Amino acid sequence: MTTTTLAVLVPLLPFLGAAAGLLLGRTAPGFVRPLAVLPILTALVVAAVVAVRQGGDAAVDAATELTPTGSVPIELALHIDGFAALVAVLVCMVATCVQIYSTGYLRDDPRYPSYAALVSLFTSAMLLVVYTGDLIVLLVGWEVMGICSYFLVGHYWETPEARAASIKAFLVTKLGDVPFLLGLFALATDAGSFRITKVLDTVAHGGLDHPTLIALLLLAGVAGKSAQFPLHTWLPDAMAGPTPVSALIHAATMVAAGVYFVARLLPVFEASQAAMVVLAVMAAVTMVGSGVAALAQDDIKRVLAYSTIGQLGYMTGALAVGDRGAAVFHLLSHGAFKGLLFLAAGVIIHAAGTNSLAAMSRMSHLRDRVPDAFWTMTVALLALAAIPPFSGFFSKESVLGAAEHVTTGHTEHAPGAAGWLILVAGLITALLTAAYATRLWLLAFRGRGAEAPDHGRQPRSMTVVLWVLAVPSLALGGLAYRTLPDWFDGNDLTPALTTSVIGTGVALAGGLVTYAAWRHLTALTAVTPIGAVAAHPEGDAAQVEAEAIATHAPAYGDVASAPDPADPGRLLLGPLHRHAAVGFHLDAVYQALFVRPVQAGASLVRFLDREVVDTYVRGAGALPRWLGIAVRRAQTGNVQTYVSALLAGTVVLAVAALLVASGA
Amino acid sequence: MHLAYPAVLAALLFCTGLYGVLARRNAILVLMSVELMLNAVNLNLVAFDVWLSRAAEETLHSGQALTLFTIAIAAAEIGIGLAIVLAVHRNRGTSDIDRLRDTAEGHESPTADGHDNDAPTIDGTEKAEATA
Amino acid sequence: MTLASAAATASLAASGPHGFLSPTGVEIAFLLVGLATFGAALVTVTTRQLVHAALWLVVTLGGLAVEYLLLTAEFIAWVQVLIYVGSVVVLLLFGLMLTRAPIGRSPDADSGNRWAALTVAVAAAAALVWVVVDAFRATWIDLDGPAAGSTEVTGASLFQNWVLPFEALSVLLLAALVGAIVLSRKAKAESSSPPMNARGATQSSRSVTESSPPGPDTRQDPAEQEGAR
Repeated sequence: MTTTTLAVLVPLLPFLGAAAGLLLGRTAPGFVRPLAVLPILTALVVAAVVAVRQGGDAAVDAATELTPTGSVPIELALHIDGFAALVAVLVCMVATCVQIYSTGYLRDDPRYPSYAALVSLFTSAMLLVVYTGDLIVLLVGWEVMGICSYFLVGHYWETPEARAASIKAFLVTKLGDVPFLLGLFALATDAGSFRITKVLDTVAHGGLDHPTLIALLLLAGVAGKSAQFPLHTWLPDAMAGPTPVSALIHAATMVAAGVYFVARLLPVFEASQAAMVVLAVMAAVTMVGSGVAALAQDDIKRVLAYSTIGQLGYMTGALAVGDRGAAVFHLLSHGAFKGLLFLAAGVIIHAAGTNSLAAMSRMSHLRDRVPDAFWTMTVALLALAAIPPFSGFFSKESVLGAAEHVTTGHTEHAPGAAGWLILVAGLITALLTAAYATRLWLLAFRGRGAEAPDHGRQPRSMTVVLWVLAVPSLALGGLAYRTLPDWFDGNDLTPALTTSVIGTGVALAGGLVTYAAWRHLTALTAVTPIGAVAAHPEGDAAQVEAEAIATHAPAYGDVASAPDPADPGRLLLGPLHRHAAVGFHLDAVYQALFVRPVQAGASLVRFLDREVVDTYVRGAGALPRWLGIAVRRAQTGNVQTYVSALLAGTVVLAVAALLVASGA
Repeated sequence: MHLAYPAVLAALLFCTGLYGVLARRNAILVLMSVELMLNAVNLNLVAFDVWLSRAAEETLHSGQALTLFTIAIAAAEIGIGLAIVLAVHRNRGTSDIDRLRDTAEGHESPTADGHDNDAPTIDGTEKAEATA
Repeated sequence: MTLASAAATASLAASGPHGFLSPTGVEIAFLLVGLATFGAALVTVTTRQLVHAALWLVVTLGGLAVEYLLLTAEFIAWVQVLIYVGSVVVLLLFGLMLTRAPIGRSPDADSGNRWAALTVAVAAAAALVWVVVDAFRATWIDLDGPAAGSTEVTGASLFQNWVLPFEALSVLLLAALVGAIVLSRKAKAESSSPPMNARGATQSSRSVTESSPPGPDTRQDPAEQEGAR
């Protein structure tokens, strides 16, 4: 089979799996698990073959036009370069792990068939985004991901948190998607085509008429999808979904799509200096803000969610300094270790019966209950904190190196200010990342107090995938930083000495400070009992998690934070903690800026509908009714009255006819 | 003779009959008014027949023939009409046509109690009076 | 109007000029009899005494017969006298008697519809008179020569050209006869059934003896009861 055929199979197989899963889910429950796992596993193999065949050489391009669609043609096009091939492999790998993990995680869930089918569809949409060479087809995958995330985040729709989170995720991403759509249209109008290759050709020849406008419009969509400031607020709330879905969203699909899109169309953004500066500011604010917020979260998954936002900030930062190789490198390594972090967090939540770090810090021997999760999570947290030689170190250093490259005067792609901004923000974030990673590890695995409950061994399907993902988390960066430039633009991804030393130094400093704070507060842990565990420890992991999420707000007063005086984050942040826990009141700002006006508008519309429109409607109904009453009163039964009216009408008609006939 | 004389007379008589039909309460008086209207038409027919038999040399005398037919039919009509009026009078105890309001809105159908004794019929009459 | 004017010119050519303001004797007679007829008709439809209405109808119908004679339609005139004055009015009088119509002035001979009826009638009269006068302003009937409606002419026309409708008319009359009998007999047949019989009995007893208890029927207008007396 040609590479093109194989590439078409990659998104198609999960899609067919999803369709078959939805059709057969009720009638043949035995087929659901194979239908969930096998297509994506095959897609992984095929994607790997495609990547090997592509090999970082010239991009594979293929296009067919199904039907003419007006002035700007829409084609089913493939455009597979090194980025697409490698990202597709990552997506398939994480999705395979998630599907296998889900068979254990949602073992007893009655809605597992539709869940698995939606995960497959989600993956298929992401693969479509990755492989497509046409912007409209990309948009199709983009929006399918949006609706899938809505369904999957709302999987536990019995809980109000999940319902609110799914609607929020959908609406906030849509807030970005509307300008994104307009930007795509503007771009295609300027370039005369939706094909990415032609768009890039046009950009290379300076053919864009409104580069800044287009870039900013597209950035809005990217910010929504990739959870960048100020449209990131949906991502922490999306933790109300099942943990495997979080892993999928954070590691491979949804949030990676925005970064990947910018990486694909980076020349379009580079055509506008203003857009690059906006991108840099967006990345810097996102990075630092999310790091601080992550330090204040109590829900283990929310910590990881804010960390995802921060790492995505690194990727957009790399794009802002014009190095998409570094961005995609970090995307790949982050995909591996963040998927691992979430899946391990799922195991921990199941074992501990709670998602609260405050409660975990009062359990001893949790790491002995879940040794697989402990070791793999340690690896992943080290990768997250960018400690050499884990893969996160290499990818993050490539980002910082790219920023430093720009600050030293190589500003042909990006303004120097952006370089400085990214460099400083990146170093601060490295400190914060190490701090919250250490806090997470210490609170989860070094708890003191009652022994953690023993629920027996975790399902093998949930532990094996952790080790599978631990391998790239550990080794991908070190093994790949020399070969990856051949697949990408050719920019060197080797860590620079200066940034490596400084970055590792601040990371170690962050970790040590956190450790010191934790030691300082250890005594307090025993004094203040706090915590609540799930009521059904024997249920499957999904049930435990749903209960943990639903009870967090009643037990601790808030979905995000807990009043735990022994929390090192509270000591480190000081007065900032209160604001960081609620995401710097951005939700309140949105509440004031968007939700209240919309609700006021809605109540206005309701008032207009009830009082004004309905008045007309009622009037329209009342007039015929009055007429009917009047006509009914005329029905006296008196034949003479009837005949009088009849003859009067006849006379009138006759006179009228005469007047007309005589020409009067 | 000026044709307008019989034509105007016929028109006036017709309208007089019309007034009678619309204004009279007793059904037999209404029948009389109908006769007036018929006679007005007859006068028209005769007058125009006489005019046309000369002016257009019409030899069929269709006007007079139609007049005869009208007279015959009027006789038949008055017979049937009186029979109906008598039947109504016998059943309802009245021949005032503005009391025969079975078609009025909100009037109960009298067929339901047609075989009952005269109490429901009187009920209907009362209702008709109430609405009148 | 074109037909009328054409006819007018034809009659002008045939019998010379006529004076509109110089009526002939026939016209004067027609006018006077017409006035009497119209007046009698007005009284017929306005009088409060029902039997008088029938008698004024006799005057109206008789006047119309005279008008037919003046129009030289003698056969029609005699048929009018025979059938209308002779039979129809008698039938109507019988009807009045059988429905126990009151003798003397009855205050409610006219219904509440009177003013609407007057309006409609006056409007119709105005329209019709206007149209007729406008159409036949200059048309004259030539009454000289052989009578247009003599019995001979009418009979010849009737039995030469109108035989079939004439025979069909006899069928219609037969049907009317049968219908009238059926209508009358039906009431009698129903009166043999118990409820109808009971009602007929109370009514007859009331109307004859006046000693019946004051039932719902006594609510009927006193004029009718007076007539029944």
